[in-house]
Amino acid sequence: MNCEECHEREASLHFTKIINGEKTEFHICEHCAKEKGEFLPGSNSFSIHQLLSGLLHGDGHVPNTPSSNFIPPSLSCEKCGMSYYQFAKIGRFGCDNCYKAFESKLNPIFKRVHGGNTLHAGKIPLRAGSSIQEKKQLQQLKQALQQYILNEEFEKAAETRDVIREIEHRLQQGRDT
Amino acid sequence: MSLERFISDAISPWMKREGPESDIVLSSRVRLARNIHQYVFPIAADKESAHEVISAISTCMSEENEEAEKLEMLMMETLKPVQKRVLVEKHLISPNLAEQAKYGAVLMNADESVSIMVNEEDHIRIQCLAPGFQLEEVLHRANEIDDFIEKNVDYAFDERRGYLTSCPTNVGTGLRASVMMHLPALVLSKKMSRIIPAINQLGLAVRGIYGEGTEAQGNIFQISNQMTLGKSEEDIMEDLAGVVTQVIQQERAARQQLQDGLKLQLEDKLFRSLGTLENCRIIQSKEAAKCLSDVRLGIDLEILPGISKTILNELMILTQPGFLQQYAGEVLTPEERDIRRATLIRERIKLENR
Ligand SMILES: [Zn+2]
Ligand SMILES: [Zn+2]
Repeated sequence: MNCEECHEREASLHFTKIINGEKTEFHICEHCAKEKGEFLPGSNSFSIHQLLSGLLHGDGHVPNTPSSNFIPPSLSCEKCGMSYYQFAKIGRFGCDNCYKAFESKLNPIFKRVHGGNTLHAGKIPLRAGSSIQEKKQLQQLKQALQQYILNEEFEKAAETRDVIREIEHRLQQGRDT
Repeated sequence: MSLERFISDAISPWMKREGPESDIVLSSRVRLARNIHQYVFPIAADKESAHEVISAISTCMSEENEEAEKLEMLMMETLKPVQKRVLVEKHLISPNLAEQAKYGAVLMNADESVSIMVNEEDHIRIQCLAPGFQLEEVLHRANEIDDFIEKNVDYAFDERRGYLTSCPTNVGTGLRASVMMHLPALVLSKKMSRIIPAINQLGLAVRGIYGEGTEAQGNIFQISNQMTLGKSEEDIMEDLAGVVTQVIQQERAARQQLQDGLKLQLEDKLFRSLGTLENCRIIQSKEAAKCLSDVRLGIDLEILPGISKTILNELMILTQPGFLQQYAGEVLTPEERDIRRATLIRERIKLENR
């Protein structure tokens, strides 16, 4: 087989790349491989791919004995349509909702890749961050509201309900713009 | 085109400035991976949604910018393969964007220290570069651009997981910080093979920029963070900077040892490499990289005076296949490249001696 780069020398190095779930073969001679240097398929994508398929196959579930490791073939993301199997095969999420759809499977993956960590400890986007704060506040206020109603403190309950409405209105507007 | 003109076009303006610790640290880079909530990631996107992402970002970036910095946008589909390759060799875009992203685009500022890749693996990849050891500065710059974009688009962000990225290796901060270092004395004294595993143990990756596997052409190594989840941006940068500082000290010590113990042998090696570059007629990239590294070491140790420091950086980039072919104005076979490479290097060194 000839090298796909120079079309002259014999291809001695063979790679398999997986793009969009499709396998692509890649054949190149040593000389061109050296010339290309970092243009060779990233080793990163290989290791994450291997890691994920390792986790997938390492599950070793026995049919008819569902455990927490069992992956139903139907586990997939409703926003982008990617199945967990596809995700494990290509090592890429299809959209942000995949994180929710595959939530129950992600901690072991993140732990392996990020030195045992599973939770974000960095920057919070300014705009989205302010709504995250407000959502937390909203939860607390709703709990307080329940308490006021139980205690028959109706004046306080009414005040709290107004605040809740105001925040909900603001969050709604934020979503529309 | 004259060689001087070609070089001045080929070398990013930011590279011509000199940064801190530039005898060892060639450049610092930060990359932030971001996605827009309303669109599926590029891997799952159709043409329409990919184009909407491009127009969302171009609209956002053309808006009144406080810094009033203009970014030029290039669509991958309008570029010839050799033009894309040149952008890759300048580290302005990734090989992935050049070769695989169907609806990819890049926005760049005038001195090419900022590039924003669109529809690479993630919707948005903000990259900032600076000469020398300036990690804090590049992170600051990238954060400013990040905040600016976030004013206009809803990022895919989750309280628990952080910035959501297509690859699980980038989730959280989406931050990849890296430093490009020239470490000839550590390689020569065979210390690199012990240093690399030690650095790996700290959760950092070390790799050659040019060449593949464990071999780093031109003795140029890139050290970068691997973990993006569970640590703040500041902690990631601090950990990386701490390691880089130690490597700088070790390289300086190794250079001193060489000069103290093997001065004549060292001078012999460095002068011979200069001779090779001045006289070669055919040279492969590996040998060129080795000789360029020697010459740069000679400049830093003041053994080879009167040659500009930027020569290593410059020629490592200019002698890559994409640039050689652009300079030649035609597609070249590897053998032809080796001849062109030799000619270009000789001409470039002649410019020094004038
Ligand atoms: Zn070839
Ligand atoms: Zn999805």
